[in-house]
Amino acid sequence: MFKLYDRQLTSRLLLGTARYPSPSIMAEAVRASGAAMVTVSLRREAGGERAGQGFWSLVRSLDVQVLPNTAGCHTVKEAVTTAHMARELFDTPWIKLEVIGEDDTLQPDVIGLVEAARVLVPEGFRVLPYCTEDLVVADRLVAAGCEVLMPWGAPIGSGRGLNNPFGLRALRAHFAQVTLIVDAGIGTPSHAAAAMELGFDGVLINSAVAQARQPALMARAFAQAVQAGHAAFLAGPIPARDMATPSTPLIGKAFQA
Amino acid sequence: MKIRVNGSWLDLPDSGADAGSPAAGVTLAALLPQLGFGDATVATAVNGQFVPHAVRSGCLVREGDRIEILAPMQGG
Repeated sequence: MFKLYDRQLTSRLLLGTARYPSPSIMAEAVRASGAAMVTVSLRREAGGERAGQGFWSLVRSLDVQVLPNTAGCHTVKEAVTTAHMARELFDTPWIKLEVIGEDDTLQPDVIGLVEAARVLVPEGFRVLPYCTEDLVVADRLVAAGCEVLMPWGAPIGSGRGLNNPFGLRALRAHFAQVTLIVDAGIGTPSHAAAAMELGFDGVLINSAVAQARQPALMARAFAQAVQAGHAAFLAGPIPARDMATPSTPLIGKAFQA
Repeated sequence: MKIRVNGSWLDLPDSGADAGSPAAGVTLAALLPQLGFGDATVATAVNGQFVPHAVRSGCLVREGDRIEILAPMQGG
């Protein structure tokens, strides 16, 4: 089991619901992933269009917890208002807090992020901030009351994996008691496994599954990678070294003098 | 009365109310069914401020208001 705030989740893999070829393939991928929590959003919709209503009905049928996001918000005010709207729309105080600061990389505006967290946490929100691996920002977010941090692996949708393993390792070491989930930029199951081997508590995947040739199969692969990576972390990987160490004992080797 | 709904200007018939005054008692709650959101699960905001469901019936729509009506959507 995996604890996020006061919730016990059965999977360390969180899955996004966007960019799938169809709603039914999205549903199939969610089931195949075993994810217990999926991210959702809220957008403008014309009256009578009802696509959002159909989507919401489908998500509810999946029996998973939802984590609304504030994707696309560029200011504290936008993010806070969107969080308020999401709380009513999805009937949950959980929010993946995004304040975007740069359009090419979708890098979070970490200053705005801290400000928004300081508004939302006292209002009872369970804030999961999409942040970078910056230790000082992480410290401010934790001080604001965030019990979970979601640093990026790489820019959203880039599939580059873990751009800064050193920074992520430092973050893990500095915040041993904080739940850390790598969010964004993961492209393959091996990236997810690497994050878990570093000791991260979970990963959030969207594009890498949704845009795969077979999303459900990729979802299953990610689930296995997350489990394998977490088990490896618990098992304690050996430190890397530059020179060889024989694995087969030399004692008793034949043809020695 | 002209209002902006989800970024598009909309001309609503009214009784000739002046700018800034309530237009013939049109509330946000009454406006939603007119726009096709009768029983839809949506969240609303007016001029950047969240308007909870329970408050819509007391929220008078005014000339020039910017209204956001948001529905559940796929997200990452």
